[in-house]
Amino acid sequence: MSAKQVDIEAAIAAITDGATIMIGGFGIPGTPFCLLDELLRQGQKGLTLIKNDANEDGTGVDRLLTNHQVDRLIVSHIGLNSNAIEMMNRGEIEVELCPQGILAERIRNAGAGLFGFLTDIGIDTTLARDKPRFEIDGRALLLEKSLTADFALVHAARADSLGNLSYAAAAQNFNPLMAMAADHVIVETETLLQPGDLSPEAIHTPAPFVDRLVGLGELTEAYGVRRR
Amino acid sequence: MSADAKQRMIRRVATEIRGGMTVNLGVGLPTRVIDHVNRDQYVCLHSENGIAGVGPGVAYDSADRNLIDAGGAYVSTQPGIAFFDSAVSFALVRGGRLDLSVLGAFEVAMNGDLANWVIPGRFTPGVGGGMELAQKARRVVIMMTHRDKQGRSKIVRECSLPITAAACVDRIYTDMAVIDIVGGALYLREIAEEVTADEVRAATDAPLQLPDNEIPTF
Repeated sequence: MSAKQVDIEAAIAAITDGATIMIGGFGIPGTPFCLLDELLRQGQKGLTLIKNDANEDGTGVDRLLTNHQVDRLIVSHIGLNSNAIEMMNRGEIEVELCPQGILAERIRNAGAGLFGFLTDIGIDTTLARDKPRFEIDGRALLLEKSLTADFALVHAARADSLGNLSYAAAAQNFNPLMAMAADHVIVETETLLQPGDLSPEAIHTPAPFVDRLVGLGELTEAYGVRRR
Repeated sequence: MSADAKQRMIRRVATEIRGGMTVNLGVGLPTRVIDHVNRDQYVCLHSENGIAGVGPGVAYDSADRNLIDAGGAYVSTQPGIAFFDSAVSFALVRGGRLDLSVLGAFEVAMNGDLANWVIPGRFTPGVGGGMELAQKARRVVIMMTHRDKQGRSKIVRECSLPITAAACVDRIYTDMAVIDIVGGALYLREIAEEVTADEVRAATDAPLQLPDNEIPTF
């Protein structure tokens, strides 16, 4: 076993109460359901979660919400999770809504060692209210701050034991960005290979970004095709 | 909106899409345009979750669990499809590479302001990629019912709801009409079969410019 390989219990045990956690995935593809299930089992509380969406009722992040482990969500939309919307409206969780590409870029920006960027996205909307404004070359722009986290939970299709990662189809989404932006990056992978087994050109996330690696056995139902 | 009027609107919007274009079809009604796109020439359909070159939708039995569009529908690949991360996906949008964005709407104002993301206190799912798509696509067209369920015009002088982006809409397709927005004014271009220009005018809560000649139908 390489230095990064751990069992799932040890990987998640590093997470403390009150942690800020980035979670990959857009809908089902790329969501690290097994890592989330272990976080549910261990029960860390007071969490801030950064994710594109809040999954659907009864799966993934929603189970952490229902278990009252989450104080705050930073997301682009929660439209497929009626439970999350109700919890937000009842004031049980705080939700920061961010335009999707701006959320992605704030994460990428942190991962690139930067602290923020200027954009005109949302400039005429209510989302611009609390953001610092600048005028550059006669153009009104908003400051978007970079977004870091204590942990990132990432789902890869294939990884080698050094931590080089490759994602499947539309399961890439936020995963490679979050793998760059968090202090401590925990990856679950469907297939665990030896160094050299992944074509160097096929590697989306290079090993230096990865801290912990968990090989998955058989996937749970949550990963499968969902009939709505 | 009758099922027939909706189908004709969907087919009419599909004719916006021509070979060589890069197009994003928004979640909801716009997604249904996908099955009517003329694929004789290559059309690149973009999906926010990191796809350029989305193929037609697929049944659950043949779906790939890792291949959905931004609305969560299972889709297929086609030759030339590309996958990338969400930062690249929105670099494509903000960088001006989208020729056309098709979006739904709650309200469109005569100056092109679009409201389609929030109804305070009633509908608060978050904006997703809507702001970027509305603000940065080279052409933005809206498809929606002409009136809401209470019969009120969704085309207005000024939006009453919080806007998604200002002065971004180029054209509106409804079950009753095709209307262009040019220089802050609404121009009636086409009407649905069995609808009169007077009916469109009566259903529109903003001044509507009519052409001098006969209005084509769709």
